[in-house]
Amino acid sequence: MSFMDINGIIENINGPIVRGKDMHNVSMMELIYVGEERLMGEVIRLKDDKAVIQVYEDTVGIKPGAPLYATGYSTSVRLGPGLIGEIFDGVQRPLIRLAETQGAFLKRGGQLAPLDEGKEWEVHIRVRPGDEVSGGQIIAVTQETLVIEHRIMVPPELSGTIVHVEPSGTFKVNDVIAVLKTRRGEEIPLTMTHDWPVRVPRPHKIRLTPSTPLVTGQRVIDTFFPIPKGGTAAIPGGFGTGKTRTQHQLAKWSDADIIVYVGCGERGNEMTEVLVDFPKLEDPKSGHSLMERTLLIANTSNMPVAAREVCIYTGITIAEYYRDMGYDVAVMADSTSRWAEALREISGRLEELPAEEGFPPYLATRLAQFYERAGRVKTNNDSVGSLTIVGAVSPPGGDFSEPVTQHTKRFVRAFWALDKELANARHYPAINWMESYSEYIRDLEEWFEENVNSEWNKMRDAIFKILSEEERYREIAQLVGEEALPDEQRLILQTAELIKIGFLQQNALDPIDTYCSIYKQFRMMEIIFDFYKNAQRIIAKGAPIVKIISIDSLNEVRRMKNTLSNDEIDKLDALQDGLLKDLSQLEEEYREELDHGQGL
Amino acid sequence: MVKVYEREKLGLSGIEGPIVFVKGVKGIGYGEMVEVIGFDTKFRRGTVLEVSDDLAAIQVFEGTTGLSLNQTRVRFIGTPLQIPVSMDMLGRVFNYLGEPLDGGPEVISRDIRDVNGLPLAPTAREYPRDFIETGISAIDGMNTLIRGQKLPIFSGAGLPHNELAVQIARQARVPDDDEEFAIVFAAMGVKHDIAEFFQRSLTESGAISKSVLFINLADDPPIERLVTPKSALTVAEFLAFEKGMHVLVILIDMTNYAEALREIASSKGELPSRKGYPGYLYSDFASIYERAGRIIGRPGSITQIPILTMPNDDMTHPVPDMTGYITEGQIVLSRELNHKGIYPAIDLLSSLSRLMKDAIGWGYTRSDHPNLASQLYAAYSHVQYVRSLASVIGQDGLSEIDRKYLRFGDAFEDRFVRQGMYENRSLEETLNLAWRILSILPPSELHRLSLEEIKEYYGDSK
Repeated sequence: MSFMDINGIIENINGPIVRGKDMHNVSMMELIYVGEERLMGEVIRLKDDKAVIQVYEDTVGIKPGAPLYATGYSTSVRLGPGLIGEIFDGVQRPLIRLAETQGAFLKRGGQLAPLDEGKEWEVHIRVRPGDEVSGGQIIAVTQETLVIEHRIMVPPELSGTIVHVEPSGTFKVNDVIAVLKTRRGEEIPLTMTHDWPVRVPRPHKIRLTPSTPLVTGQRVIDTFFPIPKGGTAAIPGGFGTGKTRTQHQLAKWSDADIIVYVGCGERGNEMTEVLVDFPKLEDPKSGHSLMERTLLIANTSNMPVAAREVCIYTGITIAEYYRDMGYDVAVMADSTSRWAEALREISGRLEELPAEEGFPPYLATRLAQFYERAGRVKTNNDSVGSLTIVGAVSPPGGDFSEPVTQHTKRFVRAFWALDKELANARHYPAINWMESYSEYIRDLEEWFEENVNSEWNKMRDAIFKILSEEERYREIAQLVGEEALPDEQRLILQTAELIKIGFLQQNALDPIDTYCSIYKQFRMMEIIFDFYKNAQRIIAKGAPIVKIISIDSLNEVRRMKNTLSNDEIDKLDALQDGLLKDLSQLEEEYREELDHGQGL
Repeated sequence: MVKVYEREKLGLSGIEGPIVFVKGVKGIGYGEMVEVIGFDTKFRRGTVLEVSDDLAAIQVFEGTTGLSLNQTRVRFIGTPLQIPVSMDMLGRVFNYLGEPLDGGPEVISRDIRDVNGLPLAPTAREYPRDFIETGISAIDGMNTLIRGQKLPIFSGAGLPHNELAVQIARQARVPDDDEEFAIVFAAMGVKHDIAEFFQRSLTESGAISKSVLFINLADDPPIERLVTPKSALTVAEFLAFEKGMHVLVILIDMTNYAEALREIASSKGELPSRKGYPGYLYSDFASIYERAGRIIGRPGSITQIPILTMPNDDMTHPVPDMTGYITEGQIVLSRELNHKGIYPAIDLLSSLSRLMKDAIGWGYTRSDHPNLASQLYAAYSHVQYVRSLASVIGQDGLSEIDRKYLRFGDAFEDRFVRQGMYENRSLEETLNLAWRILSILPPSELHRLSLEEIKEYYGDSK
């Protein structure tokens, strides 16, 4: 099983697919180095002594007859301190250090250890000789970044007795910090790292019900279509509807401990944008730079296609590793369609029988396996961690009936449908409130009532009801004109407009509006609903709608999202008072008119 | 020039469309370049598509007409497709592989590059932030072009995309900057007169001496179309990242390119995906479009303006669809505006520049620019709603405010979007014009502008 053994020779090359012969003792999904250049690849099919290998790098120039080297292990990621703040490619090569050694353009066959092996870490040992330990248990900790304490765990498959520990101090990732003796009497040195195969979910004790929302600071999501820590959501949308923008907003502002951002087959400049922006932005929770909790996996659209297939798994495995430490981790996968297309491309080259639109029949299975790795769990060290997955979907032609969107819908419980019309009007986030849904609403009701306001759910439902009624009256208005509708119905239209402009639209580029605290969200809903309730009453008393919508304080309501910051709750109170005063003044006028018998 | 060929083979084992099969040659690399010489002594190039122990499938660029099974010689060169690059290429016209079409001398250079290039590491990219002033209001004001961006024009047959591309090439400049620029023009499957139009326009504006043209005409073999943009971008990368020039790359027409890709894919017997295009259309497009950008620590840039014609004006067709997913926005041309006689007929609501948000506003262009653009979008989209309403209930049934929106919409199309082919508006003029037109609406409608901005610019006609 030595690294250098030649385990076969190349028989045929077709793009990223290489067929090898004379391959004995290799296993499915085993990592293979291909040719003298040692390109990374993975066994995806075996028959007799022949193997089909998908290669993660460009195969131009590779010749039949060249050697294949088996490694004895599956495509794995190296887990240990130093992951956060890094940007890796699909097979976990560190791109910053790679560019330093190779230059701006990525050459193939470049190998570099994923973790900086020369870096020294201040490690505190948490176990003593004689301790019985098992997989997942924490044996040491080190401060990985300003905000993340890295908890070094016993590799999942190991258990036994600690027979030796180093004193706390400075170590490099590959230094031995403890020795474990298994029940069979084997002594195994433990370092700060271990490897884990990317396609195998990491073990945990039990699954728990997700019950705490992932607060994203994005009003339409938190209020109407929330997702819990440990939940799954999909963002489908045609090009230009703002998938990536929404993903970036979630990565910036959601209250997870760690963000793993997977750029799968997307634009290079978008990854650059994250690299440039995030270090400058302050995490509202910790007050430190967002890069202190973020790591990126970048397999941009011009990088080899097989690595695009694997990069999703690389991201999710690293996320599980931090979940096992007891953190709330969120994975942003942008875009799962590119990953599905990579599956299709490889399947096509293998001449497999396609199902819908050329996608392989196992597309749904693969999607399910991916989304099922999300969840809130009790870890093997009895802490509680969660893994949230938010996957972008890029349906061809923006048509949601295509296979990837449809299958994804089966395995996610929150669906944030992006809408071309809204995007064209620059209504961002362009999440269509009629088409989107979250099955988590009821699971999270209790949390909102306890932690924000006992009226939260009532308020949410009331606001949403206005939006859904608007849909109906809008259709009528399109036929007869808005002015032909009775005032009560026009009030619905006007209030819905207010909700759209003042609440649903959120400007990611505005320093205040980009993140809206959950409490401010509630107060904003309350103010809008106050307006509606009071206006309804005043209309009943005979005041015309035009008078109501021209009160001055309404303009402030429209602008409260970006004029008043999250800390200026007292100003929201003042705004609310002003609005109520204006309304009651108007009501007063009409009471007088009623008294004088001119009410109608 | 005498070349020694170690691996040469006489005789083919099969020919299928543009693909030939060769048996019994050892040591052939995947993707390497070959030369195919038929009985007619005509010289053709090709690349290795698939290779096994003793069988190689080769796609032949100049077509297989005239090739026979036993009298064709195949030479394996041992390297992927390459072209020479040099500063001497400026002012010249070439075919898909850098061979002169203008009667001038062959390009002599020691610098020979693989046309496929290498992926640029995202960590080495410089995030594009330099605003390019094109002098066209609909672009500068609302879909700003940025240095290093890839911004395609989605057009249709009969719409003025050629004129627009030429106007951009003629007028584009970065304010307060006199760095060197160049234009690399790649024509794929275009008609003779279109290629000539571009050549003539570049000559008239004097830009020809700073241009490199790669021409593949409609009646050239489709397979050469697949190499044309790659050769052009290889030269563009040389000019930008080694010679520090700001290169504007115009690719026309990506639909023809995709058709060629489909033709070759189906002759290879590949499984088709949407509308018969191969499943890797996205990856293939990305390998072209992602070659735009800037690199940290190097002065030059590549800005791409790919032009494509949407079959049947359908934006969900795979070619515009896959393009839109990769490029950083799109400029969409509208048949309706064109019928109204409005040039440049840019359909603003479907158009988008993704990079504009980080390159306009305070410290970049003018501080009111972002909110102003956003407000124009919001108002203009409401205009569409009011227009459809008016067509049902008539203008008289509209509210006072909606009638103002109609007036705004007409003025906006007629004065802001419309401009002359030689009219070059500064950004300042564009923004002030926008304010003047926007002032048709009352300030209370302008939710996306701050009160300060309204105070400073509303109703102002400076």
